[in-house]
Amino acid sequence: MSISWRPHEADWYEASARERIAGLVDPDSFVEFLGPDQRAMSPHLAQFNLTGAFDDGLIVGRGTLDGQAVLLAAQEGRFLGGAFGEVHGAKLVGLLRGARAAAGTGGPKCVLLLLDTGGVRLQEANAGELSISETIRAIVEARLAGVAVVALIGGRSGAFGGGGIITACCSRIVVSQHARVSVSGPEVIETNKGVEEFDSKDRALVWRITGGRTRTLTGGADRYVKGRIRDFRQAAIELMTQAPPFTFETLAAEQRRLAERLQEYGECRDAPQLWRKSGLPEPERIAELSDDAFLAMARTKECKHDAR
Amino acid sequence: MTLDEGMTLDDVLASLFPGGHALERGPFGTVHGTGRLEGGGQIALVGIVDRTPLGVDGALLLASRVLAVIDKGGGVPIMMLVDTASQSMTRRDELLGLNEYLAHLSKSLALAAARGHRTVGVLYGRAAAGAFIATALSTQVLAAVRGAEPSVMDLPSIARVTKLPLDQLERLAQSTPIFAPGLDPMVAVGAVAQIWDASKPLAEQLAALLRQSVEARDRRDEIGLARKGRLLAAGIAQRVAKEAAAGA
Amino acid sequence: MEKFEVKGTNRRRAPGGRRQTITGVNASGNLEVMIERVLPDSECLVEVTTAVTGFRDIWYAVIEEFFERSAPGGLRFSINDGGARPDTVMLRLMQGVRLMEAPP
Repeated sequence: MSISWRPHEADWYEASARERIAGLVDPDSFVEFLGPDQRAMSPHLAQFNLTGAFDDGLIVGRGTLDGQAVLLAAQEGRFLGGAFGEVHGAKLVGLLRGARAAAGTGGPKCVLLLLDTGGVRLQEANAGELSISETIRAIVEARLAGVAVVALIGGRSGAFGGGGIITACCSRIVVSQHARVSVSGPEVIETNKGVEEFDSKDRALVWRITGGRTRTLTGGADRYVKGRIRDFRQAAIELMTQAPPFTFETLAAEQRRLAERLQEYGECRDAPQLWRKSGLPEPERIAELSDDAFLAMARTKECKHDAR
Repeated sequence: MTLDEGMTLDDVLASLFPGGHALERGPFGTVHGTGRLEGGGQIALVGIVDRTPLGVDGALLLASRVLAVIDKGGGVPIMMLVDTASQSMTRRDELLGLNEYLAHLSKSLALAAARGHRTVGVLYGRAAAGAFIATALSTQVLAAVRGAEPSVMDLPSIARVTKLPLDQLERLAQSTPIFAPGLDPMVAVGAVAQIWDASKPLAEQLAALLRQSVEARDRRDEIGLARKGRLLAAGIAQRVAKEAAAGA
Repeated sequence: MEKFEVKGTNRRRAPGGRRQTITGVNASGNLEVMIERVLPDSECLVEVTTAVTGFRDIWYAVIEEFFERSAPGGLRFSINDGGARPDTVMLRLMQGVRLMEAPP
């Protein structure tokens, strides 16, 4: 890290979770909860001959975003794939429960989830899976209390498995080109269904099916950004006041939105088919476009929806 | 499913609703209907059965059923019957955004609970991974019939991914419920609230469950602590929640 | 799994006012180092946890060299190692001391 490193200019994908937080919030505004000096670590890794992390790979705290109080959680995608373990998951659950508790007394109106996860940490599978379910419950509770929950995705591990489900429980979703959002990982699909169904080594395929640009065009993400931390910051500032309420009307709109997608594109097996059907220019070349060209094109396709 | 373990859907329904039930089978392995409760009243039924993997189509349909119950109002409780597999593992499901469809089902069940429709999960068969999260784990209270098989992932697959020998994993699984598949570990960590005895009428066990007051909040981590299956989660969540609420 | 510590005495106090910092990640070929200013000014301590066993001599050598090259007095270094090479270990330790130079 050079002394002249300016967090805003840095690339989200290359940054650590702590660096992303530092560049996302207003300078010096971040206060960490249950920091690494508390050594709240996983007790389950040693029996698998794995070393741990002092924060168990999840950083939680508060800060300000353009002067507004926010709560944040950031997963370190390079520690055990950012996967959910007992302590890691409990910190996230606690943050969201705290957000809900403070909502009635003038607390932060937004929780930012910097997701970077392969899903459940298999060495702690049941605790990880349950923490994901508890996180979903806590996101709903926070949203019911009027708190926006915004997912920011663009790291090495993506948002896989339960992380993908958590993503879609959020009020709004921001992705970069690097992002992948999915439930089953490519290798798991290949192991179960064969390489014809999904060649997990075909990187272009992985991004066509699960990548940030595809999610943006299908409505699986609400905002596409270029890859710098400042781009995520800008999107978060805009979206934190645009969150849909958690009501029957919103879920009914989501039902219609998801039903329409199946109706229109339910027969498609690959992204270019989908783009061709939706009338996009150059359906085979979406991945090759520059970010500017993609953004220009995506804006014409942008379906401003009131669902989630 | 072998006949000497677990119950079939028909067995479960007959035992749950001696007063009668009406269940329709829909596409994608889904079911919906109503059951008559002992002592009066009805419970709305939705489910995924026959070990069918949960994909975009099934999840959307189930969510629509739940939303229909909310729309009708009246505080009718909802039972989610579960005998699925994992989430549907296909290119098509992922391309269309399976995560959004599973989340939509989860959110719909959560909204139902928030709107006064008590949600009860009844796991009588299998459920794994994302399908487990979106169905059984998305209810306020989850009962499992002895013989049910919840899991995150089977041990041989865990062995493959973690590159550990299967016999070592099996040994470790004996000493801790934190990763092992199966019903007893899921009870120990707090995922499953109650095990129902298949040899006794399920109707009484359901009635007893419904007599308990609705949990206002998600206490599964506290249950996991009390049962000694998850020793750290509840305390950690509480500490962080306190700091998060105090900073406001 | 190996856990061991190396103590340093008669060291120069690490300049700066920062109380605590953390750098690096426990990932393959990398390591996480947390530094806390909690010891008397002339003492320092490095605690290592690693799953890569049998390299204790090399760790001792790197840590001793680090003590010589820097002013680590007053600092407790805690390491979660992911199989980092000696030069990466040195880099992180030096990075850490520099970060601690910041004002409180």
